[in-house]
Order: sequence, then structure tokens, then C-alpha cells
Amino acid sequence: MAKVIGAVDINRERCKGCNLCVVACPTDVLGLQPKEVNDRGYHFAYTVNPDNCIGCASCALVCPDACIEVYRVVEK
Amino acid sequence: MNIEDIKRSENKVYSKPELLNDTPMHYCPGCSHGVVHKLVAEVIKEMGQDNNTIAVAPVGCAVFAYKYIDVDWIEAAHGRAPAVATAAKRLNPERLVFTYQGDGDLAAIGTAETIHAANRGENITIIFINNAIYGMTGGQMAPTTLEGQKTATTPYGRRIDLNGYPLKISDLLAMLPGTCYVTRQTVHTPASVRKAKAAIRKAFENSMAGRGTSVVEVVSTCNSGWKMSPEKSNEWMVENMVPFYPLGDLKNNSEK
Ligand SMILES: Cc1ncc(C[n+]2csc(CCOP(=O)(O)OP(=O)(O)O)c2C)c(N)n1
Ligand code: SF4
Ligand code: SF4
Ligand code: SF4
Repeated sequence: MAKVIGAVDINRERCKGCNLCVVACPTDVLGLQPKEVNDRGYHFAYTVNPDNCIGCASCALVCPDACIEVYRVVEK
Repeated sequence: MNIEDIKRSENKVYSKPELLNDTPMHYCPGCSHGVVHKLVAEVIKEMGQDNNTIAVAPVGCAVFAYKYIDVDWIEAAHGRAPAVATAAKRLNPERLVFTYQGDGDLAAIGTAETIHAANRGENITIIFINNAIYGMTGGQMAPTTLEGQKTATTPYGRRIDLNGYPLKISDLLAMLPGTCYVTRQTVHTPASVRKAKAAIRKAFENSMAGRGTSVVEVVSTCNSGWKMSPEKSNEWMVENMVPFYPLGDLKNNSEK
């Protein structure tokens, strides 16, 4: 059966830590940095469980600041 | 497959819209304005209109939209964007001309310009961000503020006897013979983002085909003005805004 695997790149300096991508992700890939902040002081988003990613782009679609790039591969 | 092999350019399925430049947007974290900016930038590019667009910015939080989307912009005085867009489109009928306005800009100080441009059937698109509040100035009541909604100027909630009724201005615009397409959308979920993008595309196509005025209302959040987290704002919007401002097409004569 074909397996869909994905990956995301998050632009940490553009991120404002709004959490909307975290909520939108169906496979719990994303989270906000609990302590670390970016140059503008935001707890930016990062991949907590990168292996769960299915490349659905839900996170990227709802991100108001266009921080997320999404990759998707279908493994046959 | 390791992560480097996945992250190859041929596997890329989503990236920052080309027309959205690298300047970080000044909007509050989680603000709907950013999502709509992305959609506008994507649609203009996909239609091949990037060198043929005149956008008109409002007064309101989107006053700096010209800094973010790489097309030609005119900054209108508060509420006057549809009048400015009228001139831009009449003088340049081959251009894609649209306004981008908040509810204070469009439905309060700019009511006359909005209604008359739509009633003249100007071949423009109006992107209308309805977040039920004046965001830029600190969260005062707007005409669109819901009954009971707390704002800086209605600290105990909007009262109909004192403040009047919330204004469904898109319903008024749909009644005018000059409008060809009036729709109400949201951008809070991946599915709604896709639908809103299709609506913006349809509106821009109508403008280019000279079918009259198109209005895309985006029921939005202003989490700073509402004093809630972005996530809670989306929930509040779904529970309170959407029942009063129902989603979908109010009028669609697009394929006339
Ligand atoms: C002539 C004039 N009157 C009033 C103002 C103050 N003012 C600035 S933005 C604004 C309303 C903004 O609300 P909205 O259009 O809903 O946009 P938002 O900021 O919520 O996106 C007002 C009343 C002004 N700048 N100019
Ligand atoms: S692409 Fe889909 S699965 Fe991957 S992080 Fe984004 S929302 Fe989650
Ligand atoms: S939605 Fe965008 S801005 Fe918000 S936390 Fe996620 S990556 Fe950052
Ligand atoms: S004040 Fe409201 S509308 Fe303005 S940027 Fe902040 S959240 Fe968005």
C-alpha cells in the first residue's frame, strides 16, 4: 500500500507563536518551543514528532504568517 | 526515507506565496488578515495578474498591506477605497482592481462609498475583513459588533436599544443590481481556507470579465481586540459570528 510521508520547514524568525498550526495538525507533529524564543521574542513552532508528518499542509494553510513549507512523498 | 530526501524541491507542496515579500507582517499573532493576504497573493499570481493589479488599501490594521503583497497599491483615505478603486478601474479597465477593507472602514465611515460603488456595478472586487471590531484603534465597537459583544466602547456588551443593530452589509450589497457575486467565507480551518481562496479567484475573474462588483466577506477574528487567544478566537467566531453572519454565497451571477 502506498504510504504518504511528509516533512515541514518552519521559518522560526517569521513565526509569531500563535499556535494555530499546532491546532490544525491532524497528527500532532507540531508544538511551540516551551522556553526558547526567536529574535522577536516569540515561542516559535517546531516539529515535536517529525516522523508523524503526512505532508497534508493543514498547518501551512492556516498559518497567518506564511512560515511553513511542506514536502510530501508517496512511497509505493 | 530520511528527512533530507523528503525535503527536495520536487517534493514541495506548499511554500510562502511568491508575491508575499519577506517583510514580516505587523499583524498580531494569529490574526486573520495574514491568512487572507496569503490567499490574495496566491490568486493574483495564479491568474498571471502580478504586473497588472492595482490594489487599494484601507485605514485600519491592513493600512500597511502595500508593504507585504508585491503589486501596485494606492492608500485610500478612511472608507474611500471603493471610490479610489472606481477611478483606478475606469482609467485602467484592463487592470485587476480590488479593495481590501475592514468592517470599520467599509461599513462605518465608508458606507456611502461602498454602497454606491456596488450600486454602480463598478468592475472591482471588495475584500471585506469582518472581525466585528475596530482592531487598529484598540477594539472599539464597529457597526458589525454582535449584540452583547464586549468592546472598549461597549464594556457591558453591545445594547440594541443604545447602539442599534449589527449591520449585515453584505446582505444589503447583495440586493443591489450592480453586484454580481457576494459571498461570505472564513479562514480558520484548512478546508475554509481553500474555499475562501476559490471565492477570491471567482471574484477577481468577475472583475476582469466586467460582470460588476464582487464582494468577498471574510468573517474573521481580532484576537487582540476580542482579548482571547487566537485559538479561542476561532472558537468564539464559530459559535457567535457564524450563526449571525451565515457562510456561503449570498448572490452568484458569476457565469452570466
Ligand atoms: C477620518 C478618520 N476617522 C477615524 C480614524 C480612526 N480609525 C483608524 S482605523 C479605524 C477603524 C479600523 O477598523 P476596521 O476597519 O474594522 O479595521 P481593522 O483594524 O479591524 O482591521 C478608525 C476608526 C481615522 N484614521 N481617520
Ligand atoms: S503537513 Fe500536515 S501532518 Fe505535517 S505538520 Fe503540517 S499539518 Fe501536521
Ligand atoms: S501558525 Fe505560523 S505563526 Fe503561528 S505558530 Fe504556527 S508557524 Fe508560527
Ligand atoms: S488588532 Fe486585531 S485586526 Fe489588528 S492586527 Fe491585531 S488581531 Fe489583527
